[in-house]
Amino acid sequence: MMLEIRLKKTVGRFHLNATFSAEHGLTAVFGPSGAGKTLLAKTLAGLVTPDEGHIEIGGRTLYNTAKNINIPVHQRHIGFVFQEHRLFPHYSVRGNLTYGRGPQRSSNPITFDKVVEILGIGSLLERKPASLSGGERQRVAIGRALLSHPKILIMDEPLSSLDEGRKAEILPLIEALKSEFDLPTLYISHSIEEITRLADTILLLDNGEMKAAGPTGDILSRLDLIPYAGGYDAGTLIEAKVTSYEPGHHMLTLETESGGKLLITGGAKEIGTPVRLRIRARDVALSKSEPKSLSILNRFKGRVVDHCSGAEGMEELLLDVGFPLTARITRKSFEEMKLSKDTPIWALVKAVTISRS
Amino acid sequence: MTVSPAELDVILLSLKVALWCVGLSLLPALLIAWVLARREFYGKTVLNVLIHLPIVLPPVVVGYFLLVLLGNRGPVGGWLLENFGISLIFNWKGVVAATAVMSFPFITRAIRQAIEAVDRNLEVAALTLGRSPVMVFLTITLPLIIPGILAGITLGFARALGEFGATITFVANIPGETQTLPLAIYSLLQTPDADTAVWRLVIISVVLAFVAIALSEWLTRRSVQQLGGRDDA
Repeated sequence: MMLEIRLKKTVGRFHLNATFSAEHGLTAVFGPSGAGKTLLAKTLAGLVTPDEGHIEIGGRTLYNTAKNINIPVHQRHIGFVFQEHRLFPHYSVRGNLTYGRGPQRSSNPITFDKVVEILGIGSLLERKPASLSGGERQRVAIGRALLSHPKILIMDEPLSSLDEGRKAEILPLIEALKSEFDLPTLYISHSIEEITRLADTILLLDNGEMKAAGPTGDILSRLDLIPYAGGYDAGTLIEAKVTSYEPGHHMLTLETESGGKLLITGGAKEIGTPVRLRIRARDVALSKSEPKSLSILNRFKGRVVDHCSGAEGMEELLLDVGFPLTARITRKSFEEMKLSKDTPIWALVKAVTISRS
Repeated sequence: MTVSPAELDVILLSLKVALWCVGLSLLPALLIAWVLARREFYGKTVLNVLIHLPIVLPPVVVGYFLLVLLGNRGPVGGWLLENFGISLIFNWKGVVAATAVMSFPFITRAIRQAIEAVDRNLEVAALTLGRSPVMVFLTITLPLIIPGILAGITLGFARALGEFGATITFVANIPGETQTLPLAIYSLLQTPDADTAVWRLVIISVVLAFVAIALSEWLTRRSVQQLGGRDDA
């Protein structure tokens, strides 16, 4: 187990109570503002001392109340990317990147040249942070944390201080770093978009309490977790591969692991390229009979697996259409269509609503 | 205008005293400034008041305290004489002691304000990157407070050059030994028909002040540029 955590911390009237373990890959800590995500991250890094508990990373105990162990911050080997870049103003980009000192392993795959190349900061090396743009600064901050050769990386809402354009620019870089270095990462965010795109595992945190933990796909298709996992924007994660590209219409055909076919718009991609998609529950329409003469391209035949009532006249449904899919319709429609468990159904998804991660 | 040997003695003694004063005060001032800026402890207020006392007390009172404490038969002065053979009475070392006590609060204050202005988040980030607290101080905090340290040096140096009351009370006004610029001007003012000589020393004082301020401005601007200045040129 890469990460073993059991801790309690009370700050004022707020109680954080977290017990979880995480394997390699990217684990997302997800929850609304004030859920205790940042407090959890700071506690792991040693910036906050828990009231009691146990923190273990890669077999090394960093904190244990009973054994009176509390390794200081600089010996924890936890790379930390903060919400704000926190670059050192008096060092150049190169000086910032090479500032860290971690356990030197000669075979470390994280090299200066590779990090600089993936993050695209080669032309900035001699500049000072003051002359960089917000996106550039955060890229350097990510590189600096990686190059301290940590055992794990904690990213605390690394994109929250950036505008949408910069976010869209940095997300693929985080994906690239993930596939290149495979460094165990704890990614803290309140953006379901980012999480769906990046996470292998999700920890749901709400008001200091762990609500659920598990593989991203499973967590996102659980109806009972919708209030915590996205709420209005909740949706299902679908992993698929490109099977064909139609240049005339700018359309990609994808196939999920279970054989479901999906159409989305997009630029040319090689056959076999894996694609992560997110279909929001509110973008799914239902029909009891096979729909004809509709503009909607994605029509999946399946059945209702489960349903529960959602907020303000909404009904949340979990469908099996060859892959799990959540749908949200009004309770009025739900009742008029006389839907219940195992009702055969057609699910309709406009290709243009599917956000490609 | 050429400077006479006697005037040169006064200038050199003043500069020597001011340099020693700042040189000896700097490290203790840095330490105390850091403690006052970053640590909470019992008696912090007392320490703070003690440091700032020379600003509010009449300099003559400070000089009298020094005479009592650092005189050859005083508790500290006696100890210094017995163990190190150092006597501060009626020589330039005594002037350094008097000016150091008077300029210490100014140096400490400037450095303390600089330390308080440092973004502690940067230090936290440096710790997470695996650098020890001492290295973080040397590589992050210290470079970032250099403008404050320069300001402290300038203030302390100026205070040392201009110190009068504590010096004349503690080590008297002995030409060639304890007579710095302000003391020499004071002596000349007591002398009949010395108007020209007074003016010459006044002009020298003004020139010294100008040079010191210009030098400090230049150093500060340079260090600020190195710290966070834009370099998109």
